Amino acid sequence: MEIIKVENLHKRYGDKVAIADVSFAVEEGEIFGIVGRNGAGKTTTVECVAGLRTPTSGTIKVGADLKQQVGVQLQDCSLPDKLRVGEALSLYASFYANPASPADLLAEVGLDPRKPFAKLSGGQRQRLSIALALVGNPRIAILDELTTGLDPQARRETWGLIERIKERGVTVLLVTHFMEEVERLCDRVAIISDGRVLAVDTPAGLIARADGSDRVIFRTSGSVESLKSLPEVASVVVDGDLVTVTGDTNALHAVVAALPVGQISELRTERTTLDDAFLTLTGHSAT
Amino acid sequence: MSAIAFPTRLAITEIKLYLREPLAAFFAVVLPLALLLILGATIPDFREPADDLGGVRPVDTHLPGMMILLSVLTVAFSILPATLVVYRERGVLRRMSTTPVKPISVLSVQLVINAAASIVATALMLVSGHLVLEIPYPPMFLAFVGVFLLGSVTMFGIGLALAAAAPNSRVVQSAGAGIMFPLLFLGGMWLPRALMPDWLRVVSDYSPAGAFGQALTDVLSNQAPSLLHLGVMTAWAAAGILAATRWFRWE
Repeated sequence: MEIIKVENLHKRYGDKVAIADVSFAVEEGEIFGIVGRNGAGKTTTVECVAGLRTPTSGTIKVGADLKQQVGVQLQDCSLPDKLRVGEALSLYASFYANPASPADLLAEVGLDPRKPFAKLSGGQRQRLSIALALVGNPRIAILDELTTGLDPQARRETWGLIERIKERGVTVLLVTHFMEEVERLCDRVAIISDGRVLAVDTPAGLIARADGSDRVIFRTSGSVESLKSLPEVASVVVDGDLVTVTGDTNALHAVVAALPVGQISELRTERTTLDDAFLTLTGHSAT
Repeated sequence: MSAIAFPTRLAITEIKLYLREPLAAFFAVVLPLALLLILGATIPDFREPADDLGGVRPVDTHLPGMMILLSVLTVAFSILPATLVVYRERGVLRRMSTTPVKPISVLSVQLVINAAASIVATALMLVSGHLVLEIPYPPMFLAFVGVFLLGSVTMFGIGLALAAAAPNSRVVQSAGAGIMFPLLFLGGMWLPRALMPDWLRVVSDYSPAGAFGQALTDVLSNQAPSLLHLGVMTAWAAAGILAATRWFRWE
């Protein structure tokens, strides 16, 4: 069932077009990613969905009460310095009709309730921010650039938290520009560039669209002419003793079987990553 | 707790936060109270009937009037606008706007807490002034309450307009001080209005603080406040509130 449906969303500030034309639909229970470079229109899009901004034109349908059932984590929002973690959660819980237990959420995000906001690290602030987005027991959680500015360790912890949100049946709309995050978390993803949707697909589907081929790379002193006639191989590029073979997913086996044992060294394979796919689809890198 | 009920938790939380900034309570409550008691006790002239004031003691009228003015102005031009602008600047209001809480609740709670601070300061000054310096309680009590409320609404209205217009917290702090000190001067804090040259007293008459300060001194001297001063305060209150509602933004 579609829980969010955005059709022909357009948003203009004066002469500046923030979103040219964005359409996508989010299925209930999935993690839906919105990726794109800074300034692509990601944040404006989700802020329109969250009801914080009014679209210039287009329709947005959300199958949940925007205030009660949509939990939002925003960029550039903080809390008063002297507000303690536990107080923040109790305060936000008091806004909702059917809040989650602040104590359970605290245990889940692993924060000390006595700690004032000013003393939290970046990762702890993000975890508190997620807890605040979840304290109303939402059906949809909108998370904007959740892991930007976090160190790799904190980022991984945050990802674990988002996976647990999904397990609770919450639909997650996730804005990011980290391809690793998309590959790890998202069921489906919309790529936005210059205010337009370029593609909506699963991460694997996007990779396949871009160029689903594998590359087999190795060094050899012998001849590789015989590889060119193999059905699994699409192309062979020789650079001194370095050989790059492009082909389908069976190319590795075919190459190893075709060449004499002991003639090849430093054998490795490369797959097309989501980063490559993003680059191919948009013409520039995500970060 | 229902989201439409009075935001009790919000009020409790904001009161805690207010009390965790000891400087706010100090400047709004402790400083005016201490000044009243120290100046009233140490300056002998304040306890003698003054011809300038029509034969009443400054300690009974002008001094408490000025200290009440100081407390209200501190809250209205320094504490309230700074809190609101910091909340706006840091996205505290924007974050709350995604929840079922009404943004107006946040504003109302802030207004109530800050109004309570100046009411507490004023009540403490009346009681301890009475106990320590034998200052009589306001003889026209209802008129005193009315003037206090009108003056507070006026100053809070202008303070809210300042908060709405200020682009960031740095500006709101310096602009707040830049408005507050001239207003305290016009209100008669350092030069009693009776001693002002005529032209300055006219400027003072039409300033919100001059009107408020004189109306307070009048009711403390058992005199009816002048219609001019009540009218001036009402006009400033209307202008301030109108400007605040026009310019206010949550982010």
